[in-house]
Amino acid sequence: MVGSQAQTIYDSKIVPEKEPTGQTLGVITIKDVSKKFPHPDGYEVTALAKVELTVDSGEFVSLIGPSGCGKSTLLRLIAGLETATTGTLELDGEIIKGPDAERGLVFQNPYLFPWLNIFNNVAFGLRARNIYKREKHLVSKFLELVGLEKFGRVYPHHLSGGMAQRASLARALINQPRVLLLDEPLGALDAFTRMNMQDEILRIRAENAVTMVMVTHDVDEAIYLSDRIVVMTPGPGRVETILKVPLFRPRARNTPDFLQLRSRILEILHFAGHLEEPAYQI
Amino acid sequence: MLKALFLPFLRFKDQPFIKPIGRHLAVFSVLLALILEITLPDSGLHPPVDRPYFQYFLIIALAYFVLWPIITIRSQVQKAKIKEKDNFYAATFLLLNILNLVTAKFTLIPAIFFPAPDRILAVLVEDFRYLIFDCLLASAKLLVTGFFSGALAGLITGIAIGFSKPSAYWLNPVIKILGPIPPTAWIPIVLVAFPTTWAGAAFLIALSVWFPTSVMTSSGILNVQNAYFEVSSTLGAKRSYQIFLVGIPAAMPLIFTGLFSGACASFLTLMTAEMVGVKNGIGWYINWQREMLSYANVYAGLIIIAISFYSLITLFFKVRDRILVWQKGMIKW
Repeated sequence: MVGSQAQTIYDSKIVPEKEPTGQTLGVITIKDVSKKFPHPDGYEVTALAKVELTVDSGEFVSLIGPSGCGKSTLLRLIAGLETATTGTLELDGEIIKGPDAERGLVFQNPYLFPWLNIFNNVAFGLRARNIYKREKHLVSKFLELVGLEKFGRVYPHHLSGGMAQRASLARALINQPRVLLLDEPLGALDAFTRMNMQDEILRIRAENAVTMVMVTHDVDEAIYLSDRIVVMTPGPGRVETILKVPLFRPRARNTPDFLQLRSRILEILHFAGHLEEPAYQI
Repeated sequence: MLKALFLPFLRFKDQPFIKPIGRHLAVFSVLLALILEITLPDSGLHPPVDRPYFQYFLIIALAYFVLWPIITIRSQVQKAKIKEKDNFYAATFLLLNILNLVTAKFTLIPAIFFPAPDRILAVLVEDFRYLIFDCLLASAKLLVTGFFSGALAGLITGIAIGFSKPSAYWLNPVIKILGPIPPTAWIPIVLVAFPTTWAGAAFLIALSVWFPTSVMTSSGILNVQNAYFEVSSTLGAKRSYQIFLVGIPAAMPLIFTGLFSGACASFLTLMTAEMVGVKNGIGWYINWQREMLSYANVYAGLIIIAISFYSLITLFFKVRDRILVWQKGMIKW
């Protein structure tokens, strides 16, 4: 298998990494899941075929692949926004039946409620679950976590893209979910804001033990953030291979190991280009 | 085109010796009107009034234009505001002046249909209590009853259509067929179907508010991006919470558009209903005075309507701006 080949290349450098501890929950088990959508012309389109995946407690897993590989569908299945055609999805042994506060979701567009100021946006989950009175103090705590403590009274249209995405992270995290699902969360941001936000996500993860599953188009982002990378291919969408990222944290984006892993993923996806050897290996 | 017409006047304003006048054009416009009103004799074709109300009015206006800048001399905001509005007020009083000349002084148009400003003001002052506490209050009662019941009904049907498929199935055809009928077309039926014309008129006003409110509320809700509902469901929001704390707030801008169209339609229905059936209110007053050929009273009634409807719409937009502070770029009133 291609994955094992990648493993051997890096085996000598694997250093077991200390994961965020303090919780044993947040294990996602995906068994034989496939998803078909009806096409307007009458036949069925298979978006996902026979996916098997287990995400461990506190793990950071990225789903990567070209458009149509079903990575967003898989994320929406975990979120409970879609139901699987066959197979089961479980969170800590319980079958996922629909959306729930224990599985937070952050989209590429922050989708902050424009009629609520930032404080009330972040407080939304507490109010929706009827625990606002008791847990009110959490709002300022999570605003502080994402560095927006001074922006509580501001309305979303005044925020920059990066700030809005931080607010939406805080809004999802206030429910203290076991799993945080990220659907191309940084896709709409410029390159520099994006790299800042990647560090931000790692910092948030260090402070909140939570399993994270992220969909991304960006190979660098996947390597920089993940413990494991699920490489998916389209037609029908399926898991091509699963790669472990054997790099220390904090990671640097310009080490040879990083770049080698990057070219490995691009090769699997057939995006490596025509050069025999990558240009940077002089 | 319009600018070319005023060009000689604007150039005249720029002359150095005329500059002080140019900056206080409104004052001079009122002064001119006042001088002509006092010096020129009336044509005698208009019935005389007890007191020179137009003169009083001009004197009050003059006092305002002279004293207000002095009182607010320290405020830069007021100074800019006065300067900005100066031309408008000057033109307004020039127009009133011309109206006064055309009617009271020279009577170039039929005196019976176009009364002198003096007489309209006399009606406004002398019949003030009757106009406000009888006619306007009666209209207001009818309007408030009709508007709020129509708005409530519109919100309920709109929300039902927006959130429930069976409601949409049953209510949509009803709205599509009954909605576009102008409410006043129902008058013949309403006059016989309701125990009192007042109740019938209230129903018609409610009907005219119900249709746009209902349509805009349902389309507002149906146009809410599904992602907002998805986000709220992953945050733990149940169905009813989503309806009232996601769907309705997100639809608010369109709901207000519907309520605004409803308000405009309700004014129209109110006036028509009062002129046709209801024996009270400001619309009825205007119609009654027209039949008696008391056109000064008709104009006085129109002024009352203009002021009160303007105030209502202003109030409406104030409320809307308060509720929709979160929205960028709104229709300005």
